[in-house]
Formats: sequence, structure tokens, C-alpha cells
Amino acid sequence: MSQSASLERKKLLSDPLLVVTIVGLFLFLLLFTVYPLSILLVDSLYVDKKITVSVFFRIFGMPGFRKAIGNTLKLGVITGFLGTIIGFLFAYVDAYVNVGSKTIKRLFNAVSVLPVVSPPFVLSLSAILLFGRTGLITRSLFNLSTTALYGLPGIALVQTLTFFPVCYLMLKGLLKNIDPSLEEAARSMGASRWRVFMTVTFPLMLPGLGNAFLITFIESVADFANPMIIGGNYDTLATSIFLQLTGAYDKSGATAMAVVLLTISMGLFILEKYWLEKKSFATLSGKASRERILVSEDSVRKPLVTFCTVVTVFVLTMYALVPLGSLFKLWGRDYSLSLKWYEYVFKNKGYRVFTDSMTLSAIAAPLTAFLSILIAWLVVKKNFKGKGFMEFSAMLAMAVPGTVLGVGFIRGFNSGLFHTGFLQGLYGTGAILVLVFIVRSLPVGTRSGIAALNQIDKSIEEAAFDMGANSAKVFITVTLPLIKDSFFSGLVTTFVRSITAISAIILLVTPKFLLITVRINEHAEKGNYGIACAYATILILITYTAITLMNVFMAKFGGSKKIKERKYE
Amino acid sequence: MNKDSKGVVLKNVSKIYYDSKLKKDFAAVDAISIDIEPGSFVTLLGPSGCGKTTTLRMISGFESQNAGDIYIGGEKVNALAPNQRDTAMVFQSYALLPHYNVFDNVAYGLKIRKIHPDEIRVRVSQMLEMVELSGLEDRMTNQLSGGQQQRVALARALVMRPGVLLFDEPLSNLDAKLRITMRTEIRKIQSTLGLTAIYVTHDQAEAMSLSDKIILMDKGKIAQMGTPRDLYFRPASTFVADFIGEANFLKSTVLEVNEKSVKVMYNKVPIEVESFGKVTKGSDCKLLIRPESVQLKDEGILPCRVIVSTFMGSYQYYQVETGEQTVIITEYNPRLRKTYKAGEIAYMSFDTQDLYVL
Repeated sequence: MSQSASLERKKLLSDPLLVVTIVGLFLFLLLFTVYPLSILLVDSLYVDKKITVSVFFRIFGMPGFRKAIGNTLKLGVITGFLGTIIGFLFAYVDAYVNVGSKTIKRLFNAVSVLPVVSPPFVLSLSAILLFGRTGLITRSLFNLSTTALYGLPGIALVQTLTFFPVCYLMLKGLLKNIDPSLEEAARSMGASRWRVFMTVTFPLMLPGLGNAFLITFIESVADFANPMIIGGNYDTLATSIFLQLTGAYDKSGATAMAVVLLTISMGLFILEKYWLEKKSFATLSGKASRERILVSEDSVRKPLVTFCTVVTVFVLTMYALVPLGSLFKLWGRDYSLSLKWYEYVFKNKGYRVFTDSMTLSAIAAPLTAFLSILIAWLVVKKNFKGKGFMEFSAMLAMAVPGTVLGVGFIRGFNSGLFHTGFLQGLYGTGAILVLVFIVRSLPVGTRSGIAALNQIDKSIEEAAFDMGANSAKVFITVTLPLIKDSFFSGLVTTFVRSITAISAIILLVTPKFLLITVRINEHAEKGNYGIACAYATILILITYTAITLMNVFMAKFGGSKKIKERKYE
Repeated sequence: MNKDSKGVVLKNVSKIYYDSKLKKDFAAVDAISIDIEPGSFVTLLGPSGCGKTTTLRMISGFESQNAGDIYIGGEKVNALAPNQRDTAMVFQSYALLPHYNVFDNVAYGLKIRKIHPDEIRVRVSQMLEMVELSGLEDRMTNQLSGGQQQRVALARALVMRPGVLLFDEPLSNLDAKLRITMRTEIRKIQSTLGLTAIYVTHDQAEAMSLSDKIILMDKGKIAQMGTPRDLYFRPASTFVADFIGEANFLKSTVLEVNEKSVKVMYNKVPIEVESFGKVTKGSDCKLLIRPESVQLKDEGILPCRVIVSTFMGSYQYYQVETGEQTVIITEYNPRLRKTYKAGEIAYMSFDTQDLYVL
């Protein structure tokens, strides 16, 4: 070993608290992200004390499962395409077109934020209210009693509308990164607007579009709630796993299915991460040197702005339908106002449903925020063996569908660690739910933490070390205050993600805990849309309040921004 | 002169922006008129925010003027889009298309004009030879150095044989040494091809070395238009004198105005000056003294006290006080001259032709 490496190690070891923290984090990540996923592989390949692929033969022999794989991929491709195209149109209009009205721009903005603050299945509920058997448009307007919505069309519609805003935000960022003088150079050499779009803008965006497609694909494949509520007989992998476990009580079958879903999702994720990310041109051209001149020609402007406005109004209407749905006596038959669904909710343990959900999420939130900042800090600022592995395992859950993680936790903990009975007590407690929440939100928090920490000039912390502070002191007195915005947004994001989560926890939750999302799912499946809407409305109010609080707090105490700005002066 | 080169005429052109902070309109370019002859090299010079880039972008068609007319080659181009104008622009950021290699970047405009592939190949390689990039056709643009990228951008504009070549601060991203090499090269290529060139910069040295004519702008208006010598030796205002080169101004009074000279009074000393702007007898005026046109001697015209004296190698730098004012003096080739120390009394001596009254 070279002398510098050995000196580095001695310096690290001289800070015992740091070493303990690193070891503790490794244990946590191994136990709650790596282990539950590994046990899936082990359990599906190691049956009756020998290595075999018989379970896989069995599940691939089921016609229903083969169909579910086909369904999942078909749905993913359709949603991926539609989501990317619509997201790109929105992004293009936002970044390139003179919309002309601030109100319309604000509406676009609202559409991009709504999916973040609302539970994942809200649009399914409103799609049913609009186009379902007793839907406002299908039944009341056209007097149809159709079930055409339930299945592929319904899921594709709902998933597209839920996921396109992610593409919109992502592609907007990329479009704004393109140096306008690239397009101006092409114009000045005689290219028409269309030609500029085809030879400059579009090729530059191609990797980004591929990326958006894959991300939507991954989201669609992982989605559990929408296929569950609106899917009818159209089973996807996520719902098949759930049914295999809860309906057929086939644990080994469900485990193998989870491995298949994990493989697909991981494969897409690796494709996205390592193949497409490297091909990005848009960032290559660097910072935009001047503001882009927006397209004002009506021939381009009018159709694009009209299209986006129509989609926006449609999506906003769909979100508005959920509170409306909770206020009518019986959707499709009796449109008189009533609070009876809310009465029902609160008479049937409704109060406990909300306190349980909020308590668990509120416990998970600060823990996740703290852990992710800690991991981010270690990854960005410290040098130790296994650093890459720490980052990888913290981010791992990003590529894991909730259903898969849920099965992993069941297999991993219901009979103890490696089925030895050790830690068995964890199963069925609130703690395991909190752990799932943490693992699910850790990637988001860590990523934003890494981004925030990379903004901080290294010398600030070095100055603190130089004046005699140890790692803990530096982290608490220097680092944390500088990135408190990131910490706080991690806190709220985790809270919102946890309270709206369903796919992972629906498998783990026991009757001891009543959770809003599980309730909504139950009632929506039974067709009690009024109750489901009442729950969903209150849930949206809770998440909206949390996010508003975050914005108020950041506006008042947000100091990190100022520090960042100062750095660039 | 190249017969394809075109002249550019601006008549009372204005560009108004709305300032959302002050909640009112302001004129980035304020009713300017310019006449640029075919085949000449003209720079738009001025501090940031003076309207020079906006003017260039109106000529290229990226901005539309709020008032006035623009003519290129005698044709009114007000309503023409950038791709319909016979201009080619070299951008500050080079704006090379990152998904194309060097050849395709340079060939881009020719392909749009549907020129035969054989001719494209010939013209592109000629142009790459001219900017000394032969052999790099297949490189991607991110594999090039800053100076090479600059040359590709130049070749891409030149290959179009545009009626007017536009430059938007093309050298500001290069280091100082390369900047000087490139500007000499740009000037050489422009005069070889006989192109009309309009060049935006805030660097006065660049403007002086490149231009047939400098248009110095300030706050949306033209401060002065003329040859580099005109602007340096016969500045129209203190702004011009101050912007181009170093300048000392002594507040004086005009004693008498003759046909070939004026006599001014500074600090009770009468001084005769042989070049001057519009001055009237008895009015206040400013006496412009360039630092290099003064020498310190034991006897001379204006008495002064030395405050700072520093040896700079190629010159001796002085700050002296005369009357109430400080004057900066740079005495070149100082080896054999007498140097004065801080605190010493000396006299400023100058040739009456080297001063200017405005």
C-alpha cells in the first residue's frame, strides 16, 4: 500500500464517531435494501436445500403470468410513448413558445406539480367517475353502460396523465440548457424553423427523449395502484404478484414473479443510467449565453398552446372530480350534495386511519432526511472504502418496484433473518412500515443531498477542520446549516411519498395499522367511490398542507440559497 | 473588393424594451443611422449595455426593430427572417452543433442551399484549409481546443460566402495570446476575400486593430463614428476620449479661437493647442492630454509635483499633481531619461499638436 493511502486510513480511523457512523450506515443499508432483494433471489433459486430453477419453470408455465408479462411491457411502451410525447410538447411550449398568457403558464405549472402532491391512484378514481360504468360522460351524457375503460385503455390513460409531468419537467430542463445560439447559428445559415427543429433541437433532445421514455416505462411497470383500481381483468406483473400472494397464498411463486419484475425494472434502469446518460449532448453545449427568442408565429403557437391547454384543463378537471365525487350522494344516479361519505369515513375508524398514516409517515420523514443527508455527505466529502457501494445501495430502491420491495420484506423478515427467527419480532410492527418508507424515499433524498453538497465550496468545511473541529462538529455546525433547504425538502418529500405510498406496504400492513391508501384501495375495488373520494380528498389536503408549510418555511428561513448565490458572484 | 459583398444601411433604427423593474420602456438602441460600405470592416464598440449586440442582432434578423429601416445590399430586409437574409454570424459561444463533426458543421448551410455534394466537399475543404484545420474534418467539436472551435465557427460562416459577415464578440472566450493571433487572422481573411464584416466587441484594442471604421456606442446612441485614428486623436466627447485609450482631462477656459489654433487657460497658464473640436471663446473646455504625449522635464509648460513614480520596464509611470488635478504620464523608453522621484517638482512638457481641446 502506498504511504498516502495508509495515511488517509489512519486519519479516518482517528475520528471514531465517523467510523461508527459509516459502519452503522452500511449495516442499515445491507439489512434493509440489499438483504430483502437478495433473499428474493435466494428463495426462488434455493428450494428444499438445492439450487433449482423449478419455481421459474412453474410460473412461466402459467398462461396468466405469461400474459401479465406481455401486458406489463405493452402498457409500459404505450405509456412511455404517450407520456414522452405529451411531456415534450409541454416542455417545448414552456421553453420555446411565446404562450402569451401568464395564467396559462401557471396552469401548466400546476399540472406539473399535482402528481407530486397527490396519491398515485387519484386519476384512476376520476377516470372511473368520468368514463366508468356510471361515469358522468359515459352514463349521464351518452347513456352508455360500458366497461371499455377498465383494462388497457383506462390504465394507459391514467398512467400517461400521471407520468407525463415528470417528462415535462425533465425535458424542460434539457431544452432550457440548449444554447440558443446553436439554433440561431443554424437560422443564420439559412435553415427554416422546421429545419432547425429537425436538425438541431430534435437530435440534441434525442437522448433526453429516450431517457424520458425509459423513466416513464419504469414508472409504468412499477405502478401497482392504477392497474389495481382501473385494470379490470388486465393483470400486470405488479398486480399478479399481489394476487399470487394474497389470493393464491403461493409464496414461492410470488417471490419468483417478483424476481422477474425486478429484472425487467433493473434492466431498464441500467439501460437508462449507463447507456443513455452518457449520450447526452444538451449539457455539452453548456450554459445558455443569452435568453432564447420565443416563437411567436401563430402557425406554430396556436395549435401547440391549444393542445397543451386542453390537456391541462382535462387533467385539472380530473383532479377536481375527486373532491366533487366525495360530495354527491351517489355518483351516476343521485347528484345531490351530501356529507354522508365523510360521516361514514369518520364513523368507521376514520380518525385512526389518519393518525396512523400521519404518525408513521411523520416518524419516517425526519429519519430519512437525516440519513440521506448523512449518506450524501459521506459520499461527497469523505474518502473511505466501499463508498461506491454505499451510494449504490442507497440509490438501489429507485429501480425497485414497491411491490417487489414489499415481497422482499415479507420473505426477509416474516420468519426472521435468513429464516432463522432472528429479528422476527420486526414483522407486523409499525417499525417495518417505517423502514419501508425510509428505504423507498432514501434515493430521492440522497440524490438531492448530493446535488446540494456539490454546490458547497470545499474550503468552507476545510476551514472548520483546520480550526480544530472533528467530523461530527463540522457536519452539524457547518454542513447541515448550509444545506438545510435540502434537508427540509427531503423531510417533506418523504412525508408525502410515505403517506401516499401503497404498493410496498399493502403487502406488509397488518390489521393493527389502518392506512389511508390501503383504505382507498379497498373501497375503490368494492366500488364505493364516494368513500374512496372522501379519503382521497382528505389525503390531498394533508399533503398539500405539508408542501405549503415547506414553501413557507423555505421562504422564511431558507438561507442556503443566499450562500449558493454568493458563491457565483 | 468581392462583388458579392453587400453594404448595410440602418436608418433611424430603434429597439425598445420594457424594463419590468422600472416599469417603463427604455431604448436599447435609440434611432441610430449607419452606412456601411461593401467590403469594409466595421466594429460596433462600447461598454456592456450600450446596444451594440442588439444592433448586430437586428441586422441579422434575430431581433426586430421597433422603428426604422434596415437595408442589406440596397434591399430593405425589415420583414425578412434570419434565414432569408444574406448574412452569416460567428457567435460568442461558437454555437457549434455538438452532434455533428467538423465537416458537417461547416457543410450545414451549404446543404440547406441544396448545393451539390461534390461542390460542398470542395468548398468545405478549401475553407478548412484557409483556417488551417485541414485533416480535422472527422473530429467531433468537443475534441477541439477553444481556438480550433473558433476556427470552425469562422469557416462555417465564411463558406456561405455571405454578403455580410457578422461577429458577436467571437474572441472573448479565448486567452489573451490566442486572441491577438485570431484577430490578425480574421482581418487577413476578411481583406483577402473582400467581405463586408460587422464586428461587435467591448475590447478597444480589438476594435482598433481590426477596423476600417469604428462605431462607438453609448446608451443606445452613436457616440462617434470614424477611423480608429479619428476616434483616438479627435474624440467627439470625453466619453469617447476616455473609452479609447487613457486620457487626462484638465478643466480649462478658452481664451481665444484662431483659424489653426486655440489658446486655453489652465491654472493661470496659457496653453496653445493646434487641434480642437467645436469651442467658443470664453467658454469652459477640457484639455485632453494622452499620458504618452507628455514628458517631465526641469523646465516646460505646466509645473507639477510628482506623487507616484514607478518603473514598468518599457515605460516610467508617473502620477503628478498640477493645480488641483492629477495627471497620469507614461514616459516610454525610459533608460536614458532623467527619472523623477515622488515629491519632486518638475514641469510637464508637450508638443502643442499632441493636445486636443473639447
